[in-house]
Amino acid sequence: MRELKIAAVVVAFSLLTYYLVEPYAHHEMHKKVDAHGVEIKLESHGFTYDGTDDIAEAERKGDSALVDKKKAFWAEVSEVAKLKGDAVAGEAGFAMCMGCHTGANVNMGGVIPPSLDHAGRIYDKNYLIALIKDPAMASNVDHKYVDTMMHPMGSIKSMMSDNQQIADVVAYMLEKKAAEVTPKEAFAEACVRCHAVRYTKTTQLGETPVFKQEKEALAYQIKVLDEQDAVKGYMGTLPPDLSMIIRARGEHFMETFIENPQGQLAGTSMPRVGLNHEGYEKVKEYLTEAGDPSKKAREALGPWVLGFFVIFALLAFLWKKYQWRELH
Amino acid sequence: MAHFEKANSLNEWLDQRIGLNTLKRVLNTEYWIPKDINFLWAMGMVLAATFGLLVISGIFLLMYYKPDTNLAFDSVNYTIMSEVGYGWLWRHIHGVGASIVFLIIYIHMFTGIYYGSYKRGRELIWLSGMALFVAFSAEAFSGYMLPWGQMSYWAGMVITNLFSGGSLEAYGLVEWIRGDYVPGDAFLTRFFMLHVLLIPLVIIGLIVLHFGTLRLPHVNNQEGADIDFEEAAALYKAGKKKESKVIPFSPVFLSKDVFVMGVYFILFFYLVFYNFDFAMDPVNFDPADGLKTPAHIYPEWYFLWSYEILRPFGKDAGLIAFGIAQIALFFLPFIDRSPNVAPAHKRGLFVVWFWVLVIDMIVLTAMGKLPPTDPTFALIGQIAAWTFLALGPVLVLITMFEKKIGKGV
Repeated sequence: MRELKIAAVVVAFSLLTYYLVEPYAHHEMHKKVDAHGVEIKLESHGFTYDGTDDIAEAERKGDSALVDKKKAFWAEVSEVAKLKGDAVAGEAGFAMCMGCHTGANVNMGGVIPPSLDHAGRIYDKNYLIALIKDPAMASNVDHKYVDTMMHPMGSIKSMMSDNQQIADVVAYMLEKKAAEVTPKEAFAEACVRCHAVRYTKTTQLGETPVFKQEKEALAYQIKVLDEQDAVKGYMGTLPPDLSMIIRARGEHFMETFIENPQGQLAGTSMPRVGLNHEGYEKVKEYLTEAGDPSKKAREALGPWVLGFFVIFALLAFLWKKYQWRELH
Repeated sequence: MAHFEKANSLNEWLDQRIGLNTLKRVLNTEYWIPKDINFLWAMGMVLAATFGLLVISGIFLLMYYKPDTNLAFDSVNYTIMSEVGYGWLWRHIHGVGASIVFLIIYIHMFTGIYYGSYKRGRELIWLSGMALFVAFSAEAFSGYMLPWGQMSYWAGMVITNLFSGGSLEAYGLVEWIRGDYVPGDAFLTRFFMLHVLLIPLVIIGLIVLHFGTLRLPHVNNQEGADIDFEEAAALYKAGKKKESKVIPFSPVFLSKDVFVMGVYFILFFYLVFYNFDFAMDPVNFDPADGLKTPAHIYPEWYFLWSYEILRPFGKDAGLIAFGIAQIALFFLPFIDRSPNVAPAHKRGLFVVWFWVLVIDMIVLTAMGKLPPTDPTFALIGQIAAWTFLALGPVLVLITMFEKKIGKGV
């Protein structure tokens, strides 16, 4: 039938145009290439951390000393991971962590040390080990600290250097700091020290309380500005507000970026956060609630509207048949 | 003054005062449309329906939108998207509608070109249609500024910069358009005015004109046949519907339109609910930041072909080529020298010309978005731009030598 042939031509050209300006163009625009023009495929590793990306990055830089350093570091992390940790023995070690990770809003060396209440639940085990061994290496931001600057958590290296002790502390967190976590808690612990979310009234100091007096609100606002200045001083720029990030970045970007910020944004001062799969899902849920709260309503209403128009089109087809019955 | 009698029904009452029955006859039941048409003839009504959706969704959005650089982004992304009941639905309809309306416009235009529907008395249909295309483009661009995201800001920056005229360096004109040195509050409020008042008024006026230009020359048909509408209408009215070459607009033609619209709305709402990123660029969900230029600045897909004609040349040559591309299609009825009103496949070389035009515009569209830093893409873009510019003179040549098709074909 002629009409169907014409429709096929129209649809084919429309789809071709769509393919070229959407999937294909976006792939070409965002693709990463190494110095030789070879495409670097960024893939998610399912939120597990073994230094694969870090070593590959060092290799691309052609810095063999760095490659060796990274390999040795992640090899040692995997050795520690094999040790059987003793949660009871780890409690004492964890007490050292609590010296800084108090849960109080006190900035230390640039950021507020995050609460560790659910550290064993939302972070990957390997990452926790790596972080205690060498925070800058674990977060893949060691390039920031090559000169005189020290990672704010850098002193942990001298405080906790014994592999068995690290294994014990991590075992303690995995056992005792692993209670059920809400999206809000996961986000607060993993992201809020740097990122505000104005759509949920959250700043670097956490959720903004309600004040009765304007004076108090303004005083609080000054505290927020001071904290933001401190973060800005440490990070180089104020990390972006994440209110709309869920719609501003695609799923693939979010996954690979959170696993390893350097992969998507080479040189960024954002550290790897070390979320495991559950932690990522919770954070994503929180960000979706903030930036795309209508997602559920959209998905619930969609089938009804489409169903309506399918019936509409069928009825219209019958009406057309009826109107045209005597014409040919 | 006319003689008025007591009316026995509302219909009669209205008929006495505004000639309701005459209106119905002239606009509906005796507005004759050729029978030999396909679904592409429904695109006009599909466009009208999409414009209707845009107006209605726009009215709802207008109730909550705030044209202020400090408030605009959050009024759209927070207030409308999460606080207003079904605000997200109206916004998605508006965003997807604005993009998909251009797909239909392009299909509508290519249909007109393929069937030669801009010739022999139908020139004004084409010209008013092109004017609508320009008005819709201005409407789309001004609307794109309003959410005040990164793409709004930077597209506004790039496009207004074009008015500096290359080497003319008319920065005074650019500042006059922006009302500031860079896009700011004055810029946003004036584009808001253009988007919600001036341009919609122009569009509505042009739609009326476009419909008006159709009435006397009548709609073309699949074979470009020269129909004696009065004779055919008389046959139809006499009950010889099979023999007649025409049908009334309402309800016969309309029934087909409505069916096509139904199919179209399935696609439309699929996009609204499940696949809207193509129409609502993720980059625009980052708030405008004059200190942070996005890695890639590109217009929405429907402007890409003309953007790509600007890009591969030098500053001044590019602007001139861009200028030509913007107005070239207006001249189609006058540079097509052929006497034939017939579908392209019956017009010899013209059919080749037509498909080259379609493919060239798709290539330009693709290259307009791909990074020009890649030498292959830049070269393809340049060839496609030259091809587009050459297609005008080539059309004059091939249509001058086109053989006249005998009557009755």
